[in-house]
Amino acid sequence: MKRAEPVVWGSLGAAVALLAWQLGTAGSPVIPTPWRVLVGFGELYRKGLLASYIAASLTRVAAGYGAAALLGLPLGALLGSYPGARQYVDTSIQLLRPISPLAWMPLAVVWFGVGNAAPVFLIFVGAFFPILLWTADGVRNVPKPLVAAGRNFCQSPAAVVFRVLLPAAFPRILAGLRAALGIAWVVVVAAEMIAVDSGLGYLIIDSRNAGQRYDLVIAGMLLIGGIGILLDSGLARAGRLKSLSWGSGYDGIH
Amino acid sequence: MTAAKVSIRGLAAAFEGKQVLDDINLEVYAGEFLCIVGPSGCGKSTLLNVVGGFLPAEAGSVTIDGEPVRGPDPRRIFVFQESSVFPWLTVERNIGFGLTHLAPAEREARVHHYVKLVGLAGFEKAFPHELSGGMKQRCEVARALAVNPDILYMDEPFGALDFITRMVMRTELLRIWHQERKTVLFVTHDIDEAVQLADRVLVLSARPARIRNVFEIAIPHPRDVNAPEYLDVRTRIMDELGVAHRL
Repeated sequence: MKRAEPVVWGSLGAAVALLAWQLGTAGSPVIPTPWRVLVGFGELYRKGLLASYIAASLTRVAAGYGAAALLGLPLGALLGSYPGARQYVDTSIQLLRPISPLAWMPLAVVWFGVGNAAPVFLIFVGAFFPILLWTADGVRNVPKPLVAAGRNFCQSPAAVVFRVLLPAAFPRILAGLRAALGIAWVVVVAAEMIAVDSGLGYLIIDSRNAGQRYDLVIAGMLLIGGIGILLDSGLARAGRLKSLSWGSGYDGIH
Repeated sequence: MTAAKVSIRGLAAAFEGKQVLDDINLEVYAGEFLCIVGPSGCGKSTLLNVVGGFLPAEAGSVTIDGEPVRGPDPRRIFVFQESSVFPWLTVERNIGFGLTHLAPAEREARVHHYVKLVGLAGFEKAFPHELSGGMKQRCEVARALAVNPDILYMDEPFGALDFITRMVMRTELLRIWHQERKTVLFVTHDIDEAVQLADRVLVLSARPARIRNVFEIAIPHPRDVNAPEYLDVRTRIMDELGVAHRL
């Protein structure tokens, strides 16, 4: 019964929120009620837009996020294993990092034009820094005795990286991957409002522009929220695998 | 017991900018159990780390079987005071960590042998955070022994354990040493530990460490800690270190 409790309370909270939404919008000419949003979902489904827009957004995230991980993981590992390397790039990273990925939008459109490449680039920019920095941080903070034991047992530096540094840093790397995925999902929606004519961001902006369809706007918002939860819980599940989630258990002897 | 396994000649080393070792000359024989004691912070660990290839020598040389030491080497395994068992691997995968070059069947047999040797049978699938401090340390010793190293470097390996576990671990280590006859270089700040375990006890001076004296302990194992010859060598080492034996 204990396990079910959060579900019960969570459902109750959602039911209250839904009721408040219904009561607050019952007479409104602009903001739709939950029921009208549900009908909107049905309309999107019948037009075949539901699956294709979701697929378009996910594909862009996969491309931008994938590229960020492909580049951020090895560079982060490198940055973390050579403390000397950090001083060369630290200033640049600190300057670039607080810039919202969306601020790159004008440049992205100049470089890549209107099409898929621009939003993919923005997602890449948004996801790259958390992956890079968390990976570097994780590798740098691997406890010294583990690194020493790795150097003692392994025949090559590459083996030390793959058999000791990366697994040891994994909890922090995963934290970076999760943060980056959250950002990527936020960025794709914003980017799709500008540069392309498909995806969930486009759905929202197009529904408003073409006929003030706020039922579809809210349907799009809810889709974004739901898929965001699914994406994050997928990565969170990876972190709960026993061989990977040792992070909370590590205490050495001291 | 006559062949020099490790030869240290005129060794000097610095750690964090300070001269730590000064003109250390020492031969360690194959199969010998050598303990290194000295005042706190004198450079015992630094000596072990230089011999183990983890720290560079500033002057002089360390050779093992006639070859100069260039870095850490899987033939010589270091056991640290802080646990260095890999927390993401189970006990059996930790112990098998250095055995990836073996065929799976042989690796499994070797792991099984050392799991039993250190008394961790039944905990093969446990993760380090599920083990006590003493069990973690035994896992670490098993991981070291499993690769069949020539030399074990042990840097206060039982220092963080409670008194009873420490005594048990010493007995276990002696039992294993009698079976496997590894060369052991063992740093400790505990004179009793040194006198209980060692063939010879090396006493270092305060920093920069030089060798003050070397004590042969010819008492056969198991050693009676109340026997006159045990107490005699213990007293002489305490005198050498300038430690009072009346409080």
